This record gives sequence, structure tokens and C-alpha cells, in this order.
Amino acid sequence: MDIWKLSAVELGKKIKEKEVTVSEALEAALLQIEEKEADYNCYITVDRAAARERAQKVQKRIDSGELTSALAGVPVAVKDNMCTQGLLTTCGSKMLENFVPTYSAEAVNRLEAAGAVIIGKTNMDEFAMGSTTETSAYGATKNPWKKEHVPGGSSGGSAAAVAAGECFFALGSDTGGSIRQPASFCGIVGMKPTYGTVSRYGLIAYGSSLDQIGPMSRDVTDCAVILETIAGCDKKDSTSIDRKALSMNDSGWTGMDFSAALREDVRGMRIGIPRDYFTDGLDDEVKASVLGAAKTFEECGARVEEFDLSFVDYAVPAYYTIAAAEASSNLERFDGVKYGYRTAGYEDLHSMYRKTRSEGFGTEVKRRIMLGSFVLSSGYYDAYYLKALRVKALIKKAFDRAFETYDLILAPTAPTAAPRLGSSLSDPIQMYLSDVYTISVNLAGLPGITVPCGMTQAGLPVGVQLIGNCFMEKKLIQAAYTYERAAGKFPVPSERRGAK
Amino acid sequence: MSRQYETVIGLEVHVELATKTKIFCGCSTSFGGAPNTHTCPVCTGMPGSLPVLNRQVVEYAMAVGIAANCEITRCLKFDRKNYFYPDNPQNYQISQLYLPICRNGYVEIETPEGIKQVRIHEIHMEEDAGKLVHDDWSDTSLVDYNRSGVPLIEIVSEPDMRSAQEVIAYLEKLRLLIQYLGASDCKLQEGSMRADVNLSVREAGAEAYGTRTEMKNLNSFRAITRAIEGESARQIELLESGRSVVQETRKWDDGKEMSYAMRSKEDAQDYRYFPDPDLVPVIISEAWIEKVRASQPEFRTEKMERYKKEYGIPDYDIGILTQSKHMADLFEETVAICPLPKKVSNWLMVETMRLLKEKNMDAQDIRYSAGNLAKLIQMVEDKEINGTIAKEVFEVMFEQDTDPEIYVEEHGLKTVTDENALNRAVEDVIAANPQTVEEYRNGKEKVLGFLVGQTMKVMKGQADPALVNRLLKEKLS
Ligand SMILES: [Zn+2]
Repeated sequence: MDIWKLSAVELGKKIKEKEVTVSEALEAALLQIEEKEADYNCYITVDRAAARERAQKVQKRIDSGELTSALAGVPVAVKDNMCTQGLLTTCGSKMLENFVPTYSAEAVNRLEAAGAVIIGKTNMDEFAMGSTTETSAYGATKNPWKKEHVPGGSSGGSAAAVAAGECFFALGSDTGGSIRQPASFCGIVGMKPTYGTVSRYGLIAYGSSLDQIGPMSRDVTDCAVILETIAGCDKKDSTSIDRKALSMNDSGWTGMDFSAALREDVRGMRIGIPRDYFTDGLDDEVKASVLGAAKTFEECGARVEEFDLSFVDYAVPAYYTIAAAEASSNLERFDGVKYGYRTAGYEDLHSMYRKTRSEGFGTEVKRRIMLGSFVLSSGYYDAYYLKALRVKALIKKAFDRAFETYDLILAPTAPTAAPRLGSSLSDPIQMYLSDVYTISVNLAGLPGITVPCGMTQAGLPVGVQLIGNCFMEKKLIQAAYTYERAAGKFPVPSERRGAK
Repeated sequence: MSRQYETVIGLEVHVELATKTKIFCGCSTSFGGAPNTHTCPVCTGMPGSLPVLNRQVVEYAMAVGIAANCEITRCLKFDRKNYFYPDNPQNYQISQLYLPICRNGYVEIETPEGIKQVRIHEIHMEEDAGKLVHDDWSDTSLVDYNRSGVPLIEIVSEPDMRSAQEVIAYLEKLRLLIQYLGASDCKLQEGSMRADVNLSVREAGAEAYGTRTEMKNLNSFRAITRAIEGESARQIELLESGRSVVQETRKWDDGKEMSYAMRSKEDAQDYRYFPDPDLVPVIISEAWIEKVRASQPEFRTEKMERYKKEYGIPDYDIGILTQSKHMADLFEETVAICPLPKKVSNWLMVETMRLLKEKNMDAQDIRYSAGNLAKLIQMVEDKEINGTIAKEVFEVMFEQDTDPEIYVEEHGLKTVTDENALNRAVEDVIAANPQTVEEYRNGKEKVLGFLVGQTMKVMKGQADPALVNRLLKEKLS
């Protein structure tokens, strides 16, 4: 049995049935890390010693019957922008090269309470700003399907680690597509929950009104179980939503028993395809795969039709205005005073601030801080920031209208498959435009999931994105699960290579 | 001076609220902890930490707004004010710019010309910063975040005041309202109430306002008065000599009795305010406002009227007693135990006020309890101790809230009621002072005082002077 090829839920079951020990599971993942890290660079930190120690403890608690969760004993990788107490948390930046948090993020605490074993912290675009994981101060991550290609970003390390078998599942964060796009590039499942579903406490903020933590996994079943573990109202996050308190006549769709939605049934589901998403910018191969997925849904009994979503062209500028504005303020705390990097030589306070931030931040981060500071500055606030907020509200309205007719929206996750390393950063505008299918979901606060739906000729995965109305994760999971069953399980990279 | 000038003043008053925990985290607001012990990831700006609003802050701010006749904003938000300084751990302060909690209020002050309204532009909530401590020895600066995140309200007035007297009357009025509400102790010296003064001058009768300056660092009524007088003189002098006032922030140095420029409008910072995405809008319902309104305490004016009816003490006493909520509470509690309002009032107005002044203390700092004051008064009433001893005991009680009964017992200060002992003392004094006795018998009655004094001395003060007086008279007639 190749332990490393198991899904998280399969592994959890085998651990419970004493077919596999927690240590064996951990060593299986560590072995993949040993063999592949030099090629892929998925991790910034691998905490072998602590993981081994924790595996022993978790095993005891499973044996004593104390831990019964589906994820008990399963090794997990955490994106390096979530605080982990006592474990280096860099956010992919030199600025936090020595930052060891004094507390853990709520999502991390919930995973640990369920008995998951943290292997390490995954690589990411610096402060989650980027779509390729190339802006990391710790080197680029490579796509496990093709080393010359990027894994996507910003949660590229998490996506690549899951695809390569260097962990059994991972946590990512998604501000404008940072879970869904790399998941699609790496041929895995990734979900961005409704804003407010997973606590942001301990997630180092990029765009606070858009950031959500979510699962990155081998299949839809894992995705549902992971979300069930990390979701929930948290008093430490004011934007967290108490879904139990929502009184909706929704036939149970808005509940948080996500694994209950793992049912093969899309009969009668109305699925809308935004015509405006299938225009010139979309790669032909990607288009074919995504429309192929739409066909599968139809064959399974869903009613699929095209419609006009509108405001699509305004999403990218509105997103970059809002995200950069919030980021420019969120990143002010990195100043060399309290933690993290401080410049070696300085004359006074202001020279310390200037040199620390000039040396500690990379180009893309500086670009967005400058953009964000500009749109918030007096005289420009109304023209840019407030206007962007109005666009955000219009986009939300456009989705509200669509969900009056449709249960789900089906769309590409990204306009192309994974680009080659080094081809994106030279043209940031082009890179920003490639976020067009994912960012509206963040602007409107909606849940979105990506599921692998095909391969390009070049051997790179393609993902199809499903978007639901607020709190409709269960609909997404049920549809994605049905599709996954119909399409067959997506292979892992090495198998594919072997098959060729 | 050929022309007449008018001074125009508006105030920004910061008040530290008396909540037990900070505005956005559960850390204690109490003073005196070792540096950085009342802190957590939130109030030290750790990456990933998030603010959660303390509802008590909203309630206090609302209470002050209602007391100051403000409109209460039904949907309020917090905004980030961005600026870099090490005492500000996130390098932005969470404050309110766009939708402050209260707007358009006023308070009434008494002026020599009669009652005057000072309008309140707005009241908003915000967090306090930490403290920078410079260590000269190592030439480094250290930061203490214990005060970081302590809740503040800022009360912004319209430019309605015309003199230092009006400013002080306004501040006293605010202080009294807020103290009565229990929302803050409002101590200027300790910084729980701080005032920034915006001041301009214009020719008497002019419509337009002159260019204003803002003065910071004013921590006593005296400093405020002197700063206002100094600054308006400085501005008038500039205008008289044909120069103009520069819009700038000035720091008042109370020691040197002068202000100096800190920064001008040109280098004013752009704070890049925007709504804080980490906090959700707060919706204030009619019911919540009503609840806060219903729990408003009896304010000074109402209290003064009630005292007049209920206790029948002079207006002068009432004025002093109600100047501080703590003093008024102490009065009422003491009278409840010992129903002698005028006697209680005397102890508060005379002895207590004297000691407060002597020790440079505030009425809020009174430590003794109503129970002990009531006991002391009762002991005097029952002639267990005389007035002089009572004052001695009171001084001790004022310091440590000592139980007067125990103290008198332990120090043997009880008035001697044993008539034999007293008779003996009187006889001894008569025998020892033949000449004075002679004078008294010759009609010089005022020397009796001397003999009473001598007797009290022999009795170590522990006698009832009235009784001594009577006994002496009997024996000498
Ligand atoms: Zn705190």
C-alpha cells in the first residue's frame, strides 16, 4: 500500500482501524518531502521533530478513544501566513524571516483539536500577493505536473504539496483566487468558503474584507470534512458569522454539516454559465475542458444554460483597489520595532522605518502598498476607493440576481493552465487580469470550489469552478462530488507520468 | 492697542473611559502593572490578531452623548487612522471619522452674562496608544503597550467659547457630567482627561474667524488658562504688528509659560482614513438608546434641588457637596446612617476640603468610608470625644479609613466623664493660679478661658470643655 497516495479521509479511516499508525502516515509524507522538495520547494519550514513528537501523542489519544475525528492523525501542511505558536511563520517574506508567533490561528487550533499533525508551513507569494508563488522570498515553488511551470498562487506551496503527496491535505487562504487558482493549476480540489465561515483570527491579513481560509485537498470528500473541521463562529473575529443563528428557510442547505452533502445528485439543479466569462481571454483548451464539465453536469440531470452576469470587466480594477488599500494599512505594522526583520544600520526612527521596509519587502508587495496608499490618500479616496466599494456592491447585486434563477454558477477557474516559470512577473497587469474568474467571488463574499476537469495537451491540469450563493457550500459540495464521481478520480502527477 | 479683539476657542477633549478591559481586547485597563504585562496579541499589533469591540465602550460613549444632548448615530463604524509611530503598534489607530457615535449636542455653562450653550460637534470613540520610555543610559527607546487599546472618547466642541473662564466652565461641566455617569474619573493630572485648545482671534464684531492654532499638552486648569491667555496675546501681537497667524500645532510649556510651534499645516500628515474592515458596523437600536437613557443618573442640577428639599442645608453647602459625585455619594451614605445632614455637611465642606487642598488631592480620592464618618459624628454627639479630639481622629481616618471607635479606644482618647477626677483637676488649677483666680473674681470674666484651657491640659484634652466651664464657674462663684 502506497500510504502517501491515500486521501485524508481514507488515511484517517485506516489509522482508526489500526491499519496504519500516525507515525507511519507521517513518515510516508516526510519521505515524499525527502524525495521531492529539492525539485518542488513546496515548504518554507518542515518541522520534522515536532511533527514526530506530536504523532506519538496523537496516536495515544486515538488509542485511548479520546480522538475520534475523521482527520485524527492525518498529516497536514499549513500556508505560511497562518500563525502557528512556536513555529516560524514568514508569510513568504524576508520581513518575517525570524517571526515565531506566540499564538496559533483559530483554524490551526481547530485542526489540532481534531488531531491533525502539522508537518510544516508551505511556500506562498509574499504576503499572498501574487498568482504564481514566485514573489516568495524563499524561492519559487514548481508545479508537480511540470517543473518548468508555476503551481499558481498565492497558496502555491499548499497546492503543490497536496498534488505531490508531500502532505495529505493543506490549508490555503484565498483573497482573490489564491486557493482556487493554484488548486486548478495543480489538479486538486480547493474551496473558498463564504466570507465569515472560517475565522480569520491568526491569518496574517492581506485584504481583510476579502481573505478567507479554506481547504486544499485530493478530492471533494476531504474538502467537505476539512471545512467541517475548521468552520465555525469565532468570537475573536468580528467578521465571523454565526450560521446557527441564521434563520433561513433553506431546506438545510446553509448548515455546516458539509459532509452530509457528499451525495451524488444534481437532478433538477439549475446551473448558469456566464457568457461574459467565455470570451477572447480564455484559452481554447481550458474552454473545452470546462464546457466538457458542463456537459457532464447536464448528463447527470442538471439544467445548464448560459446567461449574462455583467460588471465582469470592472471586477479586476475594483479588486486591486480594495485589496491594495487594505493591504497598505495591514502591512504598516511591519516596521522593525516589535518583531521580524530590522535593518542593520540606521540613524533615527524614520531611517529605521524606511530602510527596514525597503529591505524587508519585495517588489510586488511594495507595488501594492504604493497603489493602496495612493487610492486612500486625501483627494483620491472618493475617486478610487469609494468608487471601488460601489463597484463591489454592484457585483454583489449582479450575483444576487443570478442566484434568483440559478442554484450554481459554473465557470473556468483561470483563463489558462499553469504558465511557465518567469513568464508572469514581467507583466503585472496581465497577471492581475488572469484573476478575472476568481476575484468576483471574493468581492461578493461568495463560496467557490474548483475541481479538476481535464488536462491540456502539454500535460497540465485544468479546473472547473462552481460558485454558490452565500452559505451554499453544501450545494457546491454536492455538485462537485457528483461531478467527481461521474468524471472519475483525478490522477496524481507521478501516475500520469508513468502512464505516458 | 488701538483695536478690540475677541478670542474664539474650540476644544478637543479626550477622556479615558472607566471600562475594566480595553476597547478591542480583554486586557485589563488598570494602572501600575509592570511594562507590557497588560497586553495580548491584539493590543501589541501581532500579525493576524483582530479587534473585537467592547460594548461597554459604546454604552459609555452613548451615555455621555445623551447627557450632552447629542444625536446618536444608529449605524456607526470605526475607521483606521494611519500614521507611523512606535507607541502605535499597528501603525494605525482605530478611531471614528465618517460615522462618529454622537453628533450635534450642547452643554450649558454659567458665565457672568448668564447661561450659555457650548455646542458639541461630535463625540467619537478611539483607542489610546502605548507609552515610549527613553532610556538615557543605553540611549534607546522602549515601548510599554499597557495603555495601548485603553478606550477613549474625543469630545469635539464648536468654536463657541470666548475666554479662558468659559473654557474652564465648559471643562468642569463635562467633567461633572462624565463623573456623574461613572464613565471616567476625568483626572487631568493623570491624563484621564486631556484637552487640546483650538484658538483664534478676530477683531470685535468681525464675522469671519481668524486663523487658528492648536495647543497640546495641557494637563491642568491652570495650564489651560495660562496657555489661552498667552496664545491670544501672542496672536493679537502678531496682528497688531501687521504680521499674520500661521495655522499650526503648538506645544504649551507650562514651566516657561510659553508655547512653541510643533508642526505647521503644510507638513500635516495624510492619515488615509478608511473604514476598518476588521470591525463590523454597530447598529444602535432605539431600545438600546432608551436603556442607556433610563439608566442615566441624577445629575447635579437635579441633585441640588433634591438636597434643598430633602436635607434643608444651605445652598452654599449644596454647591460644594455636589461638585463631585463621590463627595455627594459620601454625603448621602453618611446621612443615611447618621441623620444629621448639617453636621455631615460640615465635616465634608470644612475638614475634608481643607485636607484635600493641603494634600493636593481630588474629591474623588477621598478614601474614608461613610460608616466611619458616621461613627465619628455620633461619638461627638454622644460626647464620647470632644471637637478637638474628633479633628485629630478625623485626620487619621482621612489617611487610612481608620475605625474611629477602635482608634479612640486604643489611644485612650475618650472624654473623662468621671466627675471626681474632673473636680480634682479643676481644684488643682484653681490652686495653682491664684492670680488669675483673683482677676476673675474682680470681674475680668474672660480669663476663665485660660483656666478652662489649663484644666483641659491637665485632662490631656479628654474632657468636655462645656462641663469644665460649668465646674470652674461653680467653684469660683
Ligand atoms: Zn490586549
